[in-house]
Amino acid sequence: MSYIDNILFVLLLVAGFGYFAINVKKLTRNIKLGRDVNRYDNPKARWGNMALIALGQSKMVKRPVAGALHIIVYAGFVIINIEVLEIIIDGIFGTHRIFAFLGGFYSFLIGFFEILAFGVIFSVVTFWIRRNVIKLWRFAHGDLKGWPKSDANIILYFETVLMIFFLTMNAADHYLQGLGAHHYVTAGSFPVSGFITPLFNGMSESTAIIVERTTWWLHITGILIFMNYLYFSKHLHILLAFPNTYFAKLEPKGKFENLDSVTAEVKLMMDPNADPFAAQPAPAEGEVPAKFGASDVQDLNWVQLLNAYTCTECGRCTSACPANLTGKKLSPRKIMMDTRDRLEEVGRNIDANKGTFVDDGKSLLNDYITPEELWACTTCNGCVDACPVNIDPLSIIMDMRRYLVMEQSAAPTELNGMMTNIENNGAPWQYSQMDRLNWKDEL
Amino acid sequence: MQDNITVPTMADMMATGQQPEVLFWVGCSGSFDDRAKKITKAFVKLLHSAKVPFAVLGTEESCTGDPAKRAGNEFLFQMQAMANIEVLNAYDVKKIVTACPHCFNTIKNEYPGLGGSYEVVHHTQFLKSLLDDGRLTVEGGAFKGKKITFHDPCYLGRANNIYEAPRDLIEKLDAELVEMKRSRANGLCCGAGGAQMFKEPEPGKKDVNVERTEDALETQPEIIAAGCPFCNTMLTDGVKAKNREHDIKVMDVAELIANAKDL
Repeated sequence: MSYIDNILFVLLLVAGFGYFAINVKKLTRNIKLGRDVNRYDNPKARWGNMALIALGQSKMVKRPVAGALHIIVYAGFVIINIEVLEIIIDGIFGTHRIFAFLGGFYSFLIGFFEILAFGVIFSVVTFWIRRNVIKLWRFAHGDLKGWPKSDANIILYFETVLMIFFLTMNAADHYLQGLGAHHYVTAGSFPVSGFITPLFNGMSESTAIIVERTTWWLHITGILIFMNYLYFSKHLHILLAFPNTYFAKLEPKGKFENLDSVTAEVKLMMDPNADPFAAQPAPAEGEVPAKFGASDVQDLNWVQLLNAYTCTECGRCTSACPANLTGKKLSPRKIMMDTRDRLEEVGRNIDANKGTFVDDGKSLLNDYITPEELWACTTCNGCVDACPVNIDPLSIIMDMRRYLVMEQSAAPTELNGMMTNIENNGAPWQYSQMDRLNWKDEL
Repeated sequence: MQDNITVPTMADMMATGQQPEVLFWVGCSGSFDDRAKKITKAFVKLLHSAKVPFAVLGTEESCTGDPAKRAGNEFLFQMQAMANIEVLNAYDVKKIVTACPHCFNTIKNEYPGLGGSYEVVHHTQFLKSLLDDGRLTVEGGAFKGKKITFHDPCYLGRANNIYEAPRDLIEKLDAELVEMKRSRANGLCCGAGGAQMFKEPEPGKKDVNVERTEDALETQPEIIAAGCPFCNTMLTDGVKAKNREHDIKVMDVAELIANAKDL
């Protein structure tokens, strides 16, 4: 008996998981480039959100058609992957359908997987039609030109092909079981692949074995390739949706973070006992003074960077954005895509420079996201509410506005006027504070 | 009856050793904008009619800092916030009501972290509680059977999950409340938030307030109800842009209630 198959299989597994682990490490390192933010409070509410929103898909179904189809694909992939466990055990030990001893339950499982696989193919084909034939607004949108559009289709092709391998493998197995071929125990039920089995009629046992083995290998290899494709794709959401919903903001959407660095300075300014001539304490060796707001990905917090990797570019945010709907350049989806693109660029820079980032003269602001986009935001939280996995594009827009205003004094002229009025007379317009109660006399 | 409405300030109250039930935070719009002042007056009439002991800060009130914060000027925001918090805390204010969702959101959510914790309610919530407690009664009157659509202000709705209080009030008028295709959490912004009120929009194919007004017009309303002075301005302009100002009015929920009561 030769062990070549088993050895090959183990090598394949090690390569697949090994390369994936390397990329997960890079991904984690990139996310950790972000500023610290405490999102470990209230674990009960966080687990609840994750269960409801990621596991339970509660926000997906707000759009019923996409929601229902997505649940089929999601359930299909989660549940059919139980089968992968059997494939891995079989592959390592040279067994065949090791769980067949479960009998009736095994038949139920395999039958259920097949129905799901059929559902996945149906949903994925519908998704493809929505993207490429019907050209739904959010999928035909300019944000997705080029690679993002191809990426979306590649994912759909991958999923279809994997399901076809799975069903063909079962059909060949079913046929071989009928022939009484050695090694092919009678197990499982084949409600879907049963329709493919007749195509094998008349095929010799050895040819059928070749088909079964080929599809078996292609199926598991395909899964490993797909897993490794994630890191290069928008499809990372299938993993990151879980931590992303866990670490998402719990407070009311209207509550924007108060910058602590500013609080310290404002308190000093308002303290009548503060010595205006006191020297600033000398910064520690090598300490970089904190920037107000964000001009690049390192100025964002790690949850915002996790958001960027989690985004699957569905565009529900952009289709809820009043600015984008009325033809402005701002698109919350593009904010997330740009953040990820820049973060990956910074990551590659670090890889190329032995672990340290070397200034490349670029930044998220201007090179990716323009002030025109940032100033078009009405802070309405439409994008935040629309995101099925609780991504917060608004927080990135706000941090970048803060940089523009507090570091560069680059607010639009009218806004400078508004701010001057608030400073001078406590209202965004030029009215005297002494006239605040004049309306009382009109009662 | 209207002659004897007095609007005490916190300073007046303190001088006589009194503490009001609630501080009415008027806001910049409600203090200075001619249209918004009508909302302020309507709300004060309702407070008076319900015999609610209230007070205002008057000349001691200053911008909450909301437009500065959303424009990115955290310094100016925190300066405003801390100055306001000092005043509010000096008067030992416990409960605040405001007709502006921006003031509401800022004081409720962003002041606590800077040392100002109060019970903050939007005027629609406050009016609703007055009705529930029987302190205020309202009959449909002029609005009976009229088609009214309600525009959710972002800073009341999505930002703070308050959708029902304004709707409950409109329904008390025996009016026919019609929903726009985008409402509640899906409601579309009027275009004023995030300091947009104070600047020209970026280049695009349409103004946001026109897009939103079209949503409202689709319901063929007689009145577009708002709960925010900025939304009110934007939608009023939208209705004008659509040449419908002769047959469609944009009114605050407080104005509807006050009108129904002939105040």
